[in-house]
Amino acid sequence: MLYREAGQYKTSYAADMAVFPILQDQIGIAVILFIGFVVVPLIGSEFLLNSVLIPFLIFALAAIGLNLLTGYTGLLSLGTGGFMGVGAYACLKLTTFFPQVNIVVWILASGFFSAAVGVLFGLPSLRIKGFYLAVATLAAQFFLEWCFIRIPWLYNSSVSGAIEVPLRTIAGIPVTGPTATSLTRYLVVLAIVVVMTWVASNLVHGRIGRMWMAVRDMDLAAELIGIRLLRTKLLAFAVSSFYCGVAGAMMVFLWYGGAEADVFAIDQSFIILFMVIIGGLGTLIGSFFGAALIYILPIALRAVPTAFGLPIRPAAAEQLTFVIVGALIIVFLVVEPAGLARLWQIGKQKLRVWPFPY
Amino acid sequence: MDILYKIFVDPFVQMGTSPDLLVQTLWDGLVAGVLYALIALGFVLIFKASGVFNFAQGIMVVFAALTLVGLHEHGVPAFVALALTVGVMFILAFGVERLMLRPLVNQSDIILFMATFGLTYFLIGLGQLVFGGNPKVMITSDLYLPSGAIEFKRFGGYVSLQKIDIAAVIIASVMVAVLAVFFQRTRIGRALRAVADSHQAALSVGISLEQIWVIVWFAAGVVALATGIMWGARSEVSFSLQIIALKALPVLILGGLTSIPGAIVGGLIIGIGEKLGEFYWGPLLGGGIETWLAYVIALGFLVFRPQGLFGEKIIERI
Repeated sequence: MLYREAGQYKTSYAADMAVFPILQDQIGIAVILFIGFVVVPLIGSEFLLNSVLIPFLIFALAAIGLNLLTGYTGLLSLGTGGFMGVGAYACLKLTTFFPQVNIVVWILASGFFSAAVGVLFGLPSLRIKGFYLAVATLAAQFFLEWCFIRIPWLYNSSVSGAIEVPLRTIAGIPVTGPTATSLTRYLVVLAIVVVMTWVASNLVHGRIGRMWMAVRDMDLAAELIGIRLLRTKLLAFAVSSFYCGVAGAMMVFLWYGGAEADVFAIDQSFIILFMVIIGGLGTLIGSFFGAALIYILPIALRAVPTAFGLPIRPAAAEQLTFVIVGALIIVFLVVEPAGLARLWQIGKQKLRVWPFPY
Repeated sequence: MDILYKIFVDPFVQMGTSPDLLVQTLWDGLVAGVLYALIALGFVLIFKASGVFNFAQGIMVVFAALTLVGLHEHGVPAFVALALTVGVMFILAFGVERLMLRPLVNQSDIILFMATFGLTYFLIGLGQLVFGGNPKVMITSDLYLPSGAIEFKRFGGYVSLQKIDIAAVIIASVMVAVLAVFFQRTRIGRALRAVADSHQAALSVGISLEQIWVIVWFAAGVVALATGIMWGARSEVSFSLQIIALKALPVLILGGLTSIPGAIVGGLIIGIGEKLGEFYWGPLLGGGIETWLAYVIALGFLVFRPQGLFGEKIIERI
């Protein structure tokens, strides 16, 4: 009833092409941003901020990065974990060399290193695609993982072989390091994710996004209408790796506060690919849905037995979670192969005409 | 100059001066290659018949081996357990066809790939829930598999061959031969090849796709069981095997996704190449290059021959 577009006239081309053309959508996004920036910091508990929202936002950003590559450009990549790692290690090196510079600048700048590595490993994408490309990116994943373990320079030769996040402050408030509160870290993560999502939205709605989608839909035809394949594909690799790199840097600096190389193992790549596909290929909102489902669902499932007071061993609960998540993934794919974003769209359409079926 | 010497001369000098080590390394590579080839074989069987890239092949290996050992631990005699495990693999194949492939028919490749990833999660959880997450010892002696080593003096030193490795090579060869005969000579094999060539044409001459898919997944399950026994006997049955199974991917790239001989030759090349690389060139880079060398070999190969050694040339039409 409330979700109606009657009476909202689009009088210009720009209004017609807007990302949120309906007033209710604009109000909705404003409410979500208000909740994110004001309500959650006021009422959010330590657990909610640190174990649910921060990782959710970081995974969503990584999923957006992979979605730009796999969903929009149609290039399957299994090297996401490695690219995230490049971001994290680059950020560590940068802040070690220039400790006085604002850490947020370095978190964003580390994306460029990751982008460079992404372009390098994206080069084979001109000749191969599909599963062959996936294996090529697996080479990136395993090679980078090996570098993180075998090159002590990367982790500042610390004894444990892990990244130890140093204390960095902005205007006297600690942002990274052991003394930073989860609230500060949450706000920084949220700000970065919101800005980068906005940038991604502009990218995919503009010329670059159309080029990517043309390549995805049929690369030969795209070439015929004058899109340069190599440049477009490498640009997709660069932007995607940039996003993944920033997500990786945030993951270590603003969430874990210290991490070993196995955080960026192959499992991470698969989990993020999962989020992209469950959420919906080629949709930005799907990346958020996917991250929410894959990351928050196991937490919720683990909380269920304790909530009902069932006597279940923690190990068994963990294994049961695997079984349920695995089965749910198959069920979701059977019910809606186009992902959660499609369900969302169908829901909105139903809402628009409610209570009538058409 | 020194580094060039170390890369291009020194390894070959070492190979020449101590041929016993070279033979040992080659043998190790051969055995590793046979096991990669067996995993790759499971992939190829399923890919040919249903076009699904079965990510779960690695966990199927673990799951089959775990079921066998787990049943034996509960007091089931070894060979009965073996038969029961084959039964479990059949139920798995049937379930996968009914609950996963049939509803997802006509979906794009990546969706099916993701579904097999869901299957992987499911099997990891189920395996740990039923049999526990700890590594187990394969019941080698109960299955009359040999153990110990043969050592012989030749090439200026001792070369030792594990008996279980010899058994692995023989069993793998027999299995490939049986599969080849099955594919070439039997009615079902012909149907399988028809499905691999074209789903629609196969359907139109009255071949039941559902039936073929069950058979193929079952065959892949049996191959997984054999791989699991062999691999389990060499080290132990644990879930880390699943990551090693990813090595089958470069093998497939090398051999071509649809070729059974390709899977075997590719497996041998990757296995031997990786062991030689690790032994002779690994120390230059600080060791541990085994984890990615296979992928880099495959990557280099892709640039020159994207369809693999024996794969069909992919012709794209607009």
